[in-house]
Amino acid sequence: MWMWVVHRTTGVAIFFFLVIHVIDTSLVRVSPEAYNLIIGHYKSPIFGIVEAGLVGAIILHAFNGLRVIAVDRWNWALRHQRMLVWIVWGIFAVLMAGFLPRHLMNVFGGAH
Amino acid sequence: MAAPELTTPRQRPANLRTLGRTQRWGWMYQRISGVILIALIFTHLFVNLMVGDGVSQIDFAFVAGKWADPLWQWWDFAMLVLAMTHGTNGMRILVDDYARRPWLRATLQWALLITMVVIIVLGSLVIWTFDACPLDSSGDLMPGVPSFCESVV
Repeated sequence: MWMWVVHRTTGVAIFFFLVIHVIDTSLVRVSPEAYNLIIGHYKSPIFGIVEAGLVGAIILHAFNGLRVIAVDRWNWALRHQRMLVWIVWGIFAVLMAGFLPRHLMNVFGGAH
Repeated sequence: MAAPELTTPRQRPANLRTLGRTQRWGWMYQRISGVILIALIFTHLFVNLMVGDGVSQIDFAFVAGKWADPLWQWWDFAMLVLAMTHGTNGMRILVDDYARRPWLRATLQWALLITMVVIIVLGSLVIWTFDACPLDSSGDLMPGVPSFCESVV
């Protein structure tokens, strides 16, 4: 039940980001300076944290989506779906542990 | 004794499944596009946010460097089309679930469809008409272009 809420919430958030992301990228057709100005905001601390949340949302949505497919397709997965929820959160934790330090260093300036 | 009259076999219900044909395809599409998107998006995130200086390296020259390679143009184009259709299809399901009033539902569905078409057209134009070395009105290179433009002009 909770994963269903997580799946819908992250899906909606990713959808709206996607629309914004295509529009901001389209500034490369206006001028390099216009694009660099707007994309510069992505590197600010506040947006850097929002971005980390976005990556987390994508990870959850992706692996929970695979869980949904598996549960629908195989009896084994249906019987063990509760354990699969924990595996989704486990993968989320591992990937975020790999991504967050690197990303936050890039955002807060430690990496260069 | 006459043989008992055979009754016509019972008609099978026209649709044994819980979803109609369109919805069933929508469901299948969501799964297929979802699995492909996992590969496309995780590579996109890894190359742009993990390799090199991550988010702080992204500027016009970074985009120009990537789109100089047709592989990344096709990659981003595939991501654009699949993500937008997957996302719109998902949002359609949410609108169906939560927008109870017919006029509201119709308005939102149309808004979604229009947004999807506009974003796919805009994104495709940007990818396929991209100019790595744009000139200003007086014919000079615009500031912020990648260094390889010097040798091109």
